[in-house]
Amino acid sequence: MGRWRCPACGYVYDEQQGHPHEGFPPGTPFSEVPEEWHCPDCGVRDKVDFEPVP
Amino acid sequence: MSAVTSASDHHDLATGPDGQVLERPRWRDSKRYAWLLGLIVPLLPFISWGLVELTGLGVFWFYGPVLIFGVFPLLDLVAGLDASNPPDSVIKWLEQDRYYRWCTYLFLPLQYAGLIFACWMWSHGGLSVLESLGLALTVAMVAGVAINTAHELGHKRASSERWLSRVALAQTGYGHFFIEHNRGHHVRVATPEDPASARMGESFYAFWPRTVSGSLRSAWELERVRLERMGRGPWTIRNDALSAWAMTLVLYAVLALVFGPIVLPYLLIQAVVGFSLLEVVNYLEHYGLRRGRREDGRYERTAPEHSWNSNNVASNVLLYHLQRHSDHHANPLRRYQALRHFDEAPQLPTGYAGMILAAVFPPVWRRVMDHRVVEHYRGDLDLANISPRARARVLARYPAPETAMPAPAGEGLTGSA
Repeated sequence: MGRWRCPACGYVYDEQQGHPHEGFPPGTPFSEVPEEWHCPDCGVRDKVDFEPVP
Repeated sequence: MSAVTSASDHHDLATGPDGQVLERPRWRDSKRYAWLLGLIVPLLPFISWGLVELTGLGVFWFYGPVLIFGVFPLLDLVAGLDASNPPDSVIKWLEQDRYYRWCTYLFLPLQYAGLIFACWMWSHGGLSVLESLGLALTVAMVAGVAINTAHELGHKRASSERWLSRVALAQTGYGHFFIEHNRGHHVRVATPEDPASARMGESFYAFWPRTVSGSLRSAWELERVRLERMGRGPWTIRNDALSAWAMTLVLYAVLALVFGPIVLPYLLIQAVVGFSLLEVVNYLEHYGLRRGRREDGRYERTAPEHSWNSNNVASNVLLYHLQRHSDHHANPLRRYQALRHFDEAPQLPTGYAGMILAAVFPPVWRRVMDHRVVEHYRGDLDLANISPRARARVLARYPAPETAMPAPAGEGLTGSA
């Protein structure tokens, strides 16, 4: 399970936890998150800008 | 080491958000105690009452709008500018200092104490209709500035602060703001698609219906799509817009039950005037500014050049540094006390308080602002966000120059945010 970070505010999308409030239950792979999705915390950066967390 | 020394040593250390130990910086925040002055606004209904009692003049029920539209524009002119920034090294310390949070949290109990007090005055205070109207406008100033407090709280990660944001918005029925603003406005800011970004040539009175209805539709659509992902329809209490509006309905119903239905027209007036105060601030924050398109069709990232800023101290203290708007859009989660001035950001000629006055008189607004948009884009209005209806008029008034205009002072756009 991977983690992806918003380069603007540091929010991390953790595939294990998903983001239930945004409609992504735990275990939702980042690839299933819609392309037009924006960072839920800052709204400054889009999904395509997210960087994988090593 | 004595107990006293170890206690003060302990006081000089704090734990940052990532768990790192932060040391108290030598730098002193000159605005630290000024932020408490923001709490004067929610006290306005009580201050108005005090002035009426003291002087016997009912006209002082109008003290709220007089302070916001009369005194604050003058204060901005007298108190002047403060462009100083906290050094980068103390930003983390500043943000973890809970004192600043309490300055905003305390707004809420005072806000609602004032509302309850006003309801009592409307129902049992023996006021004339005109005096009641004055009090409603004073309460509206609190309600409008409360949206600014809600804005500061609604951008934070902590669910407690987001909840407080919704409470602060309940008074105006603008609970959908914290949905649309965070997930709509911040994404589409300074583009023609954003209902809350004003276009050049668009008067405040043309902007008002577009932003009020557009923001409402946007919030609903954002929630509909979010709930659809969860396999639900929009008509559920899990819809954050519906639950926020329900909070307002319950609030008004309780106030009407306790104080009588006489309070309802005044509640309506303070709500509409209150959210209009927010919308006039929206109007001036991005007027005419537009983000360019990149080669892949996406808008360029929001940069300091996409918001109007002001360093006027009085309005900045009143509005928790909202006027340092470019840094807010670059770092929406940054707490107000740590927001910075950018030299390269376009500057308003005075603080928001004075600019609001200009906005309600469109000829004055055009005279003050349109040439600033032209100068910002060095005469090339193809780069500006122009109202489609006003396009021909604006371009006839400001034809493209034969040669490029010189860059305005302080312009050196590198997108340093």
